[in-house]
Amino acid sequence: MRSVFKIGAPVVAAALALSACGGTTNDAGSGSGGKACDLKIGFFGALTGDAANLGINIKNGAELAVTQYNEKHADCKVSLTSFDSQGDPSIAPGLAQKAVTDKKLVGIVGPAFSGESKAADPIFDKAGLNIITASATNPALSENGWKTFHRILGNDATQGPAAAKYIKDVLKAQKVFVSDDTSEYGKGLADIVKKDLGSAVAGSDETAADGKQDDFSPTVTKAKASGATVFFYGGYYSNASKLVKQLKSGGFTGTFVAADGVKDDGFIKGAGAAAEGAIVTCPCLPPDKAAEFSAAYKKAYNSDPATYSAEAYDAANVFLAGIAAGKTSSSDMNAFIGSYSAQGVTKNVKFDAKGEPSEVSVWAYKVSGGKIVPDQEIK
Amino acid sequence: MDLLLNHFWEFTITGLAFGAVYALIALGYTLVYGVLRLINFAHSEVFMWGSFASVWVLTALGASKASGVGVVGFLVIGFAAAMVTSALVALGLEFVAYRPLRKRNSPPLIALISAIGASFVLSEAMGLRDKPFKWFGLDTDLASYVGRPREASPLPLNIDTVRLFRVFDYRVSNIDLIVLGSAIVMMVILDQFVKRSRLGRGIRAVAQDPEAAALMGVNRDRVIRLTFVIGGAMAGAAAMMYLLKIGVTRYNAGFLLGVKAFTAAVLGGIGNLRGALLGGFVLGVAESYGSAIFGSNWKDVVAFTLLVIILLFRPTGLLGESLGKARA
Repeated sequence: MRSVFKIGAPVVAAALALSACGGTTNDAGSGSGGKACDLKIGFFGALTGDAANLGINIKNGAELAVTQYNEKHADCKVSLTSFDSQGDPSIAPGLAQKAVTDKKLVGIVGPAFSGESKAADPIFDKAGLNIITASATNPALSENGWKTFHRILGNDATQGPAAAKYIKDVLKAQKVFVSDDTSEYGKGLADIVKKDLGSAVAGSDETAADGKQDDFSPTVTKAKASGATVFFYGGYYSNASKLVKQLKSGGFTGTFVAADGVKDDGFIKGAGAAAEGAIVTCPCLPPDKAAEFSAAYKKAYNSDPATYSAEAYDAANVFLAGIAAGKTSSSDMNAFIGSYSAQGVTKNVKFDAKGEPSEVSVWAYKVSGGKIVPDQEIK
Repeated sequence: MDLLLNHFWEFTITGLAFGAVYALIALGYTLVYGVLRLINFAHSEVFMWGSFASVWVLTALGASKASGVGVVGFLVIGFAAAMVTSALVALGLEFVAYRPLRKRNSPPLIALISAIGASFVLSEAMGLRDKPFKWFGLDTDLASYVGRPREASPLPLNIDTVRLFRVFDYRVSNIDLIVLGSAIVMMVILDQFVKRSRLGRGIRAVAQDPEAAALMGVNRDRVIRLTFVIGGAMAGAAAMMYLLKIGVTRYNAGFLLGVKAFTAAVLGGIGNLRGALLGGFVLGVAESYGSAIFGSNWKDVVAFTLLVIILLFRPTGLLGESLGKARA
């Protein structure tokens, strides 16, 4: 029943908005500050495919913001529309083209991953569609001069060094083995960690991406041979769970450290007991730091907010505030986001000239008792 | 390179263990090709269904709580469930996707398309398995079987890794031993079955000359069914071995392994049973060495370069192409 509601709600909302303010939509074009209704915010990311959990978390967060907005603005509702990219950079451009033709769409929460961002963001930039990603953390994304690009969380240039710092200062590792999945995200992150750890890197191995490798025995052998006490993996949870399981059964006794792409219950479900003790870094806030949001999320989706739900909620709220202020054209919205500054769930939301957040915190989480629990903030 | 030399046996044995999975799946490709001259691209999904059968049966029996001797029992049950299910799926596949085409004497290309289509159907049916249950409102009751159908499903069996004995630089674990041991037992049984039994002789006869075999009183349809059943059972065994090594399966797990196993079959000489086995092991070890020397993301490059080189010098694969003749 709940799922029917989930699908039904935006549709009903859209229909209501249509009937309620069909007359006023024309005002949007004139740009005279008249309020436009029936507008849409897009979610762009994986809802199916190998890393779908991460996308669903983000979509739910954004959806919650939209639902809450509509409760307050029953006379002029906004709907959320989804673009399921499956996290695939080859699918993303086509979907992006589809998104930019929708004139009702004022902003995108996403794209979720770095690879697809690289493929889709130029299209959004060219069309002037503003985006706020709640999860794509590759640092290079903000270096392209894309005006419409915004990111609401710290990138891997902050997460990578934080992970390296944790490995050095908290785990006190002298020898670290670094591996990645050769994805835009995983390799980027692993390279930063390698650079920061410097001589402590005892060995490394690049593996294939999700769905392209099952057997990691050679990586396990290499990790053991290097004498490392910490194994850092840059990649997503699907392969990470196979890898950590094989490391354990292969006789590697050190600590497994990974980043935000692994922060999902799918990691624990896949790896079982082998995940215990693993460290996951994330530029995202533990849910207990935002009690009100957590309660609302739990009520709506019957589960605790997961990785990036809160970030997506904040991102969607930026767009919603823009809509409420009547900034519906591309340039108005862009200027609005540029000057936006308000306390969100995760942080004081404010963007710098490149679209990066001006405030960033990275947390270390630990797998304990079959759950990912906050360990400490990495400072 | 030093790494490979210093840990030569570890790379070799772990490579062989995964090669054994390739080899058992490759048997299915090679058997069907030998008898029908058809590449059964849906064979990878036969494997995937077997892996799910094993996960489900063991979940239903509460295997996650087992320890000691109980684990061995569940292991046997897991093998049996996977092999029986895979064999049945293969049989059904033959009945639905291939037999009607064969009856109408369709060209081989049509059967190939049918194979690819069947592969998609089987894979997506698994990936969408929550939907039919949702229609009847059973999806919450059966959530541990059909919930999150596109996510990985773990094998609910806790086997502690025990290092048993040492082969030079590598201490062989119980899982390596189970995987390699059961693979070798399966292979020997199959090899002897095809070589010595009456039904095996039928398979070889049909492979060699279908018309002459029919004239001699061999029931071709029965032989074809048999090859699908045997190939399926082997894929089922491979599925259980895969689960022991990797720990999880998912609706698209078959794709990658299918490609690799087909490669193994070609490498050894498609249509040749021992060739498929040799091909599987060679591929597994080549990938392991390739990973050791160049890095894990290079293993496919190494493996397929090897395939090209071997086919340049031996166009019909390592042991030549024939189920009927000579070595099988």
